Amino acid sequence: MPLEAAGTEVTPSAAEPVFRARGLTKTYRMGEVEVHALRRIDLDLFAGEFVVILGPSGGGKSTLLNILGGLDVPTSGEVIFRDHKLTGADETELTRFRREHVGFVFQFYNLIPSLTARENVALVTEIASSPMAAEEALHLVGLDDRLDHFPAQLSGGEQQRVAIARAIVKRPDVLLCDEPTGALDYATGKIVLDLLARINRDLGTTTVVITHNAAIAAMADRVIRIRSGEIVEILHNPNRMSPDQLEW
Amino acid sequence: MTTLLDRKLLRDLLHLRGQVIAIMIVVASGAMSYVAMRATWMALLESRESYYAEYRFADIFATLKRAPESLGERIRLLPGVAAIEMRVVADITLDIPGLNEPATGRLISIPRERRAMLNDLHLLQGRYPDPNRRDEAVISGAFSTANRIVPGDRIAAIFNGKWRQLQIVGVGLSPEYIYEIRPGEIFPDPRRFGVIWMSRESIAPAFDLDGAFNDLSLVLAPGASADSVIDEVDRLLDGYGGLGAIRREEQQSHRFISNELDELRVFGTWIPGIFLAVTAFLLHLALSRLVATQRDQIGTLKAFGFGNSAIGSHYLRLSLIAVAGGVAAGVIAGNLWGRSLARLYAEFFHFPRLLYRLDPQVIVVTTLISTGAALLGALGAVSRAVAIPPAESMRPEPPARFQAGLLERLGLQQVLPLSTRIILRNLERTLVKSALTTLGISLSIALLFVGFYFFDAIDHLIHVQFRRVLLEDVTVIFREPRPRAAGFELSRIPGVLRVEPFRGVAVRLRHGHRSKRLAIIGMERNADLRRAVDTRMRTHPMPPAGLLLTTSLAERLDLRPGDQVTIELLEGRRDTRVSFVAETIDDLLGLSAYMDAEALDRLIGDAGAISGAHLLLDDHQREPAFQRLRASPQIVGMTIPAAVLENFNQTMARTIGTSTTITILLACILAFGLVYNGARIALSERGRELASLRVLGFTRREIATMLLGEQAILTLFAVLPGYLIGYGLCRLIVFVIDTELVRLPLVLSARTFVGSAGIVMIAASLSGLLVNRRLKRLDLVEVLKTRE
Repeated sequence: MPLEAAGTEVTPSAAEPVFRARGLTKTYRMGEVEVHALRRIDLDLFAGEFVVILGPSGGGKSTLLNILGGLDVPTSGEVIFRDHKLTGADETELTRFRREHVGFVFQFYNLIPSLTARENVALVTEIASSPMAAEEALHLVGLDDRLDHFPAQLSGGEQQRVAIARAIVKRPDVLLCDEPTGALDYATGKIVLDLLARINRDLGTTTVVITHNAAIAAMADRVIRIRSGEIVEILHNPNRMSPDQLEW
Repeated sequence: MTTLLDRKLLRDLLHLRGQVIAIMIVVASGAMSYVAMRATWMALLESRESYYAEYRFADIFATLKRAPESLGERIRLLPGVAAIEMRVVADITLDIPGLNEPATGRLISIPRERRAMLNDLHLLQGRYPDPNRRDEAVISGAFSTANRIVPGDRIAAIFNGKWRQLQIVGVGLSPEYIYEIRPGEIFPDPRRFGVIWMSRESIAPAFDLDGAFNDLSLVLAPGASADSVIDEVDRLLDGYGGLGAIRREEQQSHRFISNELDELRVFGTWIPGIFLAVTAFLLHLALSRLVATQRDQIGTLKAFGFGNSAIGSHYLRLSLIAVAGGVAAGVIAGNLWGRSLARLYAEFFHFPRLLYRLDPQVIVVTTLISTGAALLGALGAVSRAVAIPPAESMRPEPPARFQAGLLERLGLQQVLPLSTRIILRNLERTLVKSALTTLGISLSIALLFVGFYFFDAIDHLIHVQFRRVLLEDVTVIFREPRPRAAGFELSRIPGVLRVEPFRGVAVRLRHGHRSKRLAIIGMERNADLRRAVDTRMRTHPMPPAGLLLTTSLAERLDLRPGDQVTIELLEGRRDTRVSFVAETIDDLLGLSAYMDAEALDRLIGDAGAISGAHLLLDDHQREPAFQRLRASPQIVGMTIPAAVLENFNQTMARTIGTSTTITILLACILAFGLVYNGARIALSERGRELASLRVLGFTRREIATMLLGEQAILTLFAVLPGYLIGYGLCRLIVFVIDTELVRLPLVLSARTFVGSAGIVMIAASLSGLLVNRRLKRLDLVEVLKTRE
């Protein structure tokens, strides 16, 4: 029984694509103006790769990330995650998708202020199917001594590390990071990027980082440049740099 | 001129419309209850006072057996007396077409020729009796309506044993019978009791009162002392069977109206008070939150040169607009409610006209106190807005500070699920706000608690009175005391199964400087039909010697079991005896004194007489038995418990139905307003947090639980304080209600507890559902982009 790839594969690869996006278009109205956030984007993301989506503010990269993460739906086109079709899924299905498969890291951390670091992470373990222990996730981000601190008692970098621990604790298939270093200083930003690289390497989690900081692109397997809602370039980077080598 | 700030004001109002409307409704409820109750109170008071003045309602009333008119002339000359009216007053039995049981007519004499008199007659229709016609009569309005008797009709009556046909020529009212009830009862029964006015000349002979009188009313001269006039009158009437003069405050009808006025004033104060307090609180919450979210805007405005007063007045106006809308709606609704309340009162209180009007003063007071509450509520938030330095205000507000607290101290942080920990930590961080919200919700539970309590009290009253105390089919009262043998005569009437005679002796009980005029009821020791039953429904057998007093009477006379009490007999030889209090019981109705019939006979020192009897009738022979009783010349009055009960139930259904609906509505508004505002503010404060949770994969239901769980806990915590406050208010009401009319028992049923908490929980859930709808619109993408 021959195993054959069905249809046309855009990027030939040994790995199965985790995400397949075809003809993604997103338009929305902002007051009187119609904004084309995404224009007919075709994209595949593969298991275990570290992808940086690079582009200027307002270029549509956040919209793309939100659609991939099941937070937003495209105006037209389709997105398939493994064998789930995300386009056309209802809210309950999207919620289950996020719950089971996606880890999010935000620019402003978005921790629950009324919960300690440990509790913020544990919160996710309550709804995940086979999570690691909250303490283990916090150990991975190097916060063993900050377990019982509330967000208001932590620095920005520490808060972001808690947020990363919270994202990885459920062993997600994909980690989506929206400007994870945007609110951090240079040194702290590097620590966070190093952490993301390590998690990608050690846990094999498909990681997508969106940023307008071109220097970060050097640590990615692939760099996707987006401008005005269109992919202008996809670069393969066979020689990933370690974050501590990055300069910006 | 509309400035830009005005436009911002308008948009803020639109944006906050849910909360603004909720606050407006709370304000409107307070204003409505104040306007309705205050205006009705004023209407009743003014109607009564003008009625009293115009129709010369007397200050002092006295009943006696018989005195010559010359004695009246002496009383007229007493210092302090401005005017007197000597009358003949008697109860007669009436035969009303279509009514099986006999009715009682309170016959009152009027002058032959119409002239101004005390307790004057107001003719509603028809005319004054013709001086030359002896059978013409005017009947009271309620009696006329209830029995559909109009001028031109004739009714049969027994005058001192003789049948007479009365020609009805008019329908009238008197300030003496604004509340028209049989003496000693609580609820009007216009079917079976009415007032009949006839000329003195036509009735005095029938009662052997030609040239004499048995009822005296008088008006005091300005500045005269009622007490000294009463003393003088009592002294003069002593030899004529005087039963002791009473002042206006003790007059039955006056007393019921005063009691109602007191209740209206109490309810018309504390209900609006609750709503105003909640208004202030809600405005404080809403404005504080608004100022917090608009920090940057305030900073920008200040940077552009807007002064503190412009910014302060901007936020003040926002709260004043909400209050103004609420007051306007409340005044309109209150006026409507007041009108219907006045109409309801007009069914029970018979005035020539009930002067309901909305006094502008009421509107002014409503506006002032509501505005005051609004300013009080807005003050904190507005001053915070004014105090924000421009540069600092454009930076985002620091994140909410949480730290280890109560949970950790109690060691609960390991045990409770995280969602519960979120709820509890948020509650702990805003402890004062949470406590005040709980207090507000508990007030709405208390409001309902009181509403339901009235049902309990009345149920209990009915149960005790009609199932345990009044077990007879009919009670007959003799025109004057008769020998014991009269009881046997009654038992020979076909259809009468059992006769239990009783004796009532008019006395004045005296203990120290306190005294009370009443009738001691002598009860047969083996009585089954009438027994002394306490509020816990225990039957108390008559003590072999001494008096059994109701607690309210004992309290009024400061008597305890074992105490000696002086008894001044107001009939017969009119001398003084001494007895003692054998027992006191918690009775429901008024002030009563009981004694064993034989002990009473011994105390008085006669062979024993009976004043009337309680009868048990054969169900199949009621009609003939009633006919025989009605025809008996010796019987002047009959009461039928079943008819009283039916009438009571009908009255209650009408009066309590409306007021309960309004109470439930008000309580729901209160709970709804508090929970809705609380949840909306929590949603505004924690929208970002909740959106983050949604992004992490929590379902809408799960985050709704975290948001609304807080309100649910506050509502649950409100239950116990709600019960306690409600219980306190019930006690206050029991205290306010005149105990000589009725002693409301402080009994509470499961319905009161379940109903008051249940309805508030339903109202809270509904507002939760409304907020839940907004959770659906939570924009996940937008929330993640910006830092608050």
